[in-house]
Amino acid sequence: MTPATPATPLLEARALSFHRQDEPVFGPLDFRLDAGELTLIEGDNGSGKTTLMRILTGLLRPEEGELLWRGEPLSWDRCSGEVVFLGHQLGLKSELSPRENLRFAIGLHGSREHSQVDDALARVGLAGFENEPVRKLSAGQKKRVALARLLLIPAALWLLDEPYANLDRTGIELVNGLLEAHIAHGGAALVTSHGAVQFHGGEPQRIRLHD
Amino acid sequence: MAVLRRDLTLAWRQRGDMVLPVLYALIVTSLFPFALGPEDALLRRIAGGVVLVTMLLAMLLALDAMFRSDIEDGSLEQLMLAPQPLALMLGMKILAHWLATAVPLIVIAPLLAGMLHLPSPVIPVLLLALLLATPLLSLVGGVLVALTAGTRRSGMLLALMLLPLCVPVVIFAAGALAAAQEGLPWIAPIAWLGAALVMAVVLAPLACAAALRIALDS
Repeated sequence: MTPATPATPLLEARALSFHRQDEPVFGPLDFRLDAGELTLIEGDNGSGKTTLMRILTGLLRPEEGELLWRGEPLSWDRCSGEVVFLGHQLGLKSELSPRENLRFAIGLHGSREHSQVDDALARVGLAGFENEPVRKLSAGQKKRVALARLLLIPAALWLLDEPYANLDRTGIELVNGLLEAHIAHGGAALVTSHGAVQFHGGEPQRIRLHD
Repeated sequence: MAVLRRDLTLAWRQRGDMVLPVLYALIVTSLFPFALGPEDALLRRIAGGVVLVTMLLAMLLALDAMFRSDIEDGSLEQLMLAPQPLALMLGMKILAHWLATAVPLIVIAPLLAGMLHLPSPVIPVLLLALLLATPLLSLVGGVLVALTAGTRRSGMLLALMLLPLCVPVVIFAAGALAAAQEGLPWIAPIAWLGAALVMAVVLAPLACAAALRIALDS
């Protein structure tokens, strides 16, 4: 553990561990995340990266250990509105267009100042696809629609579960660009990956999960 | 509100699914005269009950799907992380579901009742009973769908759990119809339905939210 700093960290885990039917999935883990920090969660398939993510969103309860959000125990109602979660299931309605999906997300979460749905779609390289139903898009394009949500919704913490999956080279650069901008604006992010990620904006903190 | 608008847009995009319960109700009610014989007096006596039960069964067809697609595509997780009360959003989802499945059924109810020679003065009572009974079923059904959301093959379990809760709804609605048909005051059973509906409107979304949180916590 780092020596105590005056500011309370955005997110702090103390001896966090999780078991599924008495089999340990991961842990105990200790880490802290401050505003303006990026943390990579690394681990092989089945090492519990997604489970950890779901715990951090408050959708799953950890069995042992503590999770503190701004110094207080984390629960879904305390951090809602400050966390954006992008998981394997993108949360897009396949019958609706990217534009409609993003409008709905804004309706739920509110929107950042000066952000426009069409600008965000252009930024992720989907100009011209605004009105196509999402089911007609490719897996990578769907991912990009979900990434556009990150641009539109205000949040202090991004939880990105495998954001690079299904993306091509420009898509990976896009994710890195989004992360760098988010960090530069004082946001924090937790990103899971298999470990093959190049990040340019300084050396991120790494959490290693292993079986 | 965003939830309501999105779900209604979705229902409209998939309006083929909305037709199915209506078609089902139409087929079932038109089969009754064939099975029982076209005797006016008999049909008149059973018309109210047949239409009522058919409507409720037709609603069950679509009930199972209330939260399924949202769970499958991860939309529900996004709803849970939104800075708004989950119960309110689920209440809106149930309202959208009711508008998309029950309202078309209520619209064709007078037609079906007419086909079975239900006396026309009773038809307003039938509509009133349906207007109270169908949202009640949507709300109670929503809670049960949420409870069974985490399990595989939830359809069977859902039907078993819903049956005992359907019975009082059918009894009160049919009681009002029978009373109206005999020219007796029918307000008491309708009032019971109304009271149950008010209670369900308040409690069902809260129960739904709690049940879905448990379902996803696994």
